[in-house]
Amino acid sequence: MYRYDEFDQSLVDARVTEFRGQVARRLAGDITEDEFKPLRLMNGLYLQLHAYMLRVAIPYGTFNSRQMHMLAEIARKYDKGYGHFTTRQNIQYNWLKLDDVPDLLADLASVEMHAIQTSGNCIRNTTSDQYAGAAADEIEDPRPTCEIIRQWSTFHPEFSFLPRKFKIAVTGAPKDRAAVQIHDIGIQIVENNKGEVGYSIFVGGGLGRTPMVGKHIRAFLPRQDLLAYLEAIMRVYNMLGRRDNIYKARIKILVHEASAAEFTRLVEEEFEKIDQTKLMALPEEELDRIAAYFAAPEFETLGPCPAEHLEALDRDRDFALWVKANVVPHKVPGYAIANISLKPIGGVPGDITSDQMDGVAELAKDYSFDEIRATHEQNLVLPHVRERDLYAIWQRLKALELATANIGLVSDIIACPGLDYCNLANARSIPVAQLISERFAELDRQHDIGELKIKISGCINACGHHHVGHIGILGVDRKGEEYYQITLGGSADENTRLGDITGPSFPYDKVVDAVETLVTTYVDLRQSGETFLQTYARVGLAPFKENLYAAA
Amino acid sequence: MSKPHRKAKGPQVLTANRLVDGDVVYWRDETTWVANLSDAKVFEDEDALAKAEADAQAQVKADKILDPYAFGVDLTGGRITPGSMREHIRALGPSVRLDLGKQAEAA
Amino acid sequence: MPLLKDGRLVEDKWQRLEEHEVVPTEGAVIIDLERWQVERENLKGRAAPLGLLLMPGQSPEEIADDLSQFDLIALAFPAFKDGRAYSYARILRERLGFTGELRAVGEVLQDQLFFMARVGFDAFEVNERTSEGDFAAEMAKFPAVYQPSSCGENTVFARRHGARLVEAAE
Ligand code: HEM
Ligand code: SF4
Repeated sequence: MYRYDEFDQSLVDARVTEFRGQVARRLAGDITEDEFKPLRLMNGLYLQLHAYMLRVAIPYGTFNSRQMHMLAEIARKYDKGYGHFTTRQNIQYNWLKLDDVPDLLADLASVEMHAIQTSGNCIRNTTSDQYAGAAADEIEDPRPTCEIIRQWSTFHPEFSFLPRKFKIAVTGAPKDRAAVQIHDIGIQIVENNKGEVGYSIFVGGGLGRTPMVGKHIRAFLPRQDLLAYLEAIMRVYNMLGRRDNIYKARIKILVHEASAAEFTRLVEEEFEKIDQTKLMALPEEELDRIAAYFAAPEFETLGPCPAEHLEALDRDRDFALWVKANVVPHKVPGYAIANISLKPIGGVPGDITSDQMDGVAELAKDYSFDEIRATHEQNLVLPHVRERDLYAIWQRLKALELATANIGLVSDIIACPGLDYCNLANARSIPVAQLISERFAELDRQHDIGELKIKISGCINACGHHHVGHIGILGVDRKGEEYYQITLGGSADENTRLGDITGPSFPYDKVVDAVETLVTTYVDLRQSGETFLQTYARVGLAPFKENLYAAA
Repeated sequence: MSKPHRKAKGPQVLTANRLVDGDVVYWRDETTWVANLSDAKVFEDEDALAKAEADAQAQVKADKILDPYAFGVDLTGGRITPGSMREHIRALGPSVRLDLGKQAEAA
Repeated sequence: MPLLKDGRLVEDKWQRLEEHEVVPTEGAVIIDLERWQVERENLKGRAAPLGLLLMPGQSPEEIADDLSQFDLIALAFPAFKDGRAYSYARILRERLGFTGELRAVGEVLQDQLFFMARVGFDAFEVNERTSEGDFAAEMAKFPAVYQPSSCGENTVFARRHGARLVEAAE
């Protein structure tokens, strides 16, 4: 894992001091709310329905036990004993007081964490593959690249007042687990035919009111040109992105209105000019220095699957189901990647208590080289565990009530905070997720249904990624009542696709039945081995739509 | 259901969040904002509401509260009931965590 | 508007000309781009100092060839959220080599001064609340910077390896 050096630490500490001063000036009445709001947003602090909400960055989703313990402690000390993991590898606290926040940030800084640029019209926390450094299909660990981007984008003097927020995601594997094509910039690590590693660049993806899939603007960017190229994209956007209408201010609109070809031309032209100065070329030593932090842990040489593990799988069906759903292969023989679901049946997606956080931290320390990952699907990961330890890990997870065996299944639902917490919401998201997971609680049925991603947003801002859900659910306001629009066939992987709207929306008490109808339709129509998405691709919207609105 | 953009008709309550802790508060009189909806002043008269709104804006300037706005309430049964799900949740707390927010403090 | 230049509150010797005002022969004046485009031939080679105000949407690359005519460029922030002038400033300093006074005008708030200085501004029309002390504090706010930019400060990337090279030499 990356460790701060004196420079990194001094910057984060300076930010805490700066924000302490800004809060003091605000509370003394020296600056107005209009002046203060962008300053607090730059530090991830929102005003929500009930209190202030703070979004803490977990850069590219990687953290350790010490940091997790601190997140738990912060929830106890300043909040109400829990936190909420989001779709952007952040954690949010919902019940903060403004005058506590500087102390909270100081506590975070003591474990090399911060809330810098988790909000506001700047370059946000860079997200990545939760299996980085562990996945078998990886070309290269994406985290050194992410860390370079984190440092470059931190307090960037030119790009802190962009037309709108800006999100970058990086994946190091051909299987995209970081949803790069729905980001403002999506970076995929690739290898060219000379065996050199570089970057393939997508620009202008995004969800929200006008969802768009990113355009591929560069097939191969040499590694040392990364920052110069990013700077070129950012500059073109900063100068030409629309500022007259907040709904048209994201880079996706600029790319769309200018056309991908013209936008690419502008970026390449700017890149040429920047490149001439050579200011931005990444020093080789710095790349090496950062990469060294992400060197693989000292994996043991383990034999094939140990007998005691096979025996536990045979003996304990619940364990076997958990392994089937939550454990994925590791690149090193004898190791595994263990997902921890934050989607208990009937629970709040992404929520975790302080005690559970402490429990996960201890598990990471005992079994996973002290590493934890947060996923964009609002779950956690122990990335490097020995297969032979899985049973013990599972038992401890069970004691923590964190052993739900549903990763990728119908009850592993993404849901934004919605109207229960969010100031912008039209409708509630969380209770819809709870009702759906209760309806499909039975695990054998979930396994029979197979991979199915339901994603719920409480308004058109799409924080719950509904456009790219296999089944997407969007809360809308119909004359003051909560209604839900359904989309089908969305996907956020390497074959990113936006879902199709089924038709008129459903009232709160009819959504779960509607989902059930969709699932039954799929089960009736599927050919052997077909997933929901594959069946949908084959048969299209019509049969689903027909069943959905037949009763009405 | 985000903040009402148009003025509601009928009885209304003026609300805001307190600057220092973000807590939901309701207008009672020129000097008092209260935490519980049941203690709020109900405006049946447009002019009185307009006056209170002007006063609330002054308190925004004085750095006490944020984002004041009025919303419609129902007075059936002698109780103040919020006219929307949003205001229900603000008055009580998250519908998915009955142990948190004002609903928990009241219990 | 108080003017902060090189960290000091100084008297502003420049006059911003309104649309209807005629350019005087004497005195330092700041004109806008529209006037420059119309009166270019007359104003070229004006003996007294000439300054140009650029609004967002008016990239300095448009006047690259005329840059030597100006002793001062003022870049406007009609609202502090409008960050286009940060890019213009870097282009002026790094690409076009402008060495005259680069002035931030409009909504110039204390908390932005550090970023403005880093992209190459050296003069700031600030509000009445901003003191020389505030300015000094803002400049000292961050002990290090990650990005190379106009102000020529050593980046963290360079300092890390500089430090290492020094260590190696010892
Ligand atoms: C509760 C406070 C929150 C507020 C006020 C908020 C606000 C917003 C807004 C206004 C947008 C639309 C931006 C645009 O399209 O220009 C947005 C997008 C988004 N938010 Fe949130 N959000 C909140 C919470 C969350 C949470 C909890 C998550 C994760 C579960 C999240 C993840 C996202 C994502 C992934 C997007 C889509 C990005 C895109 O359009 O490319 N947000 N948010
Ligand atoms: S999608 Fe809407 S309701 Fe959900 S968190 Fe985002 S802004 Fe709030």
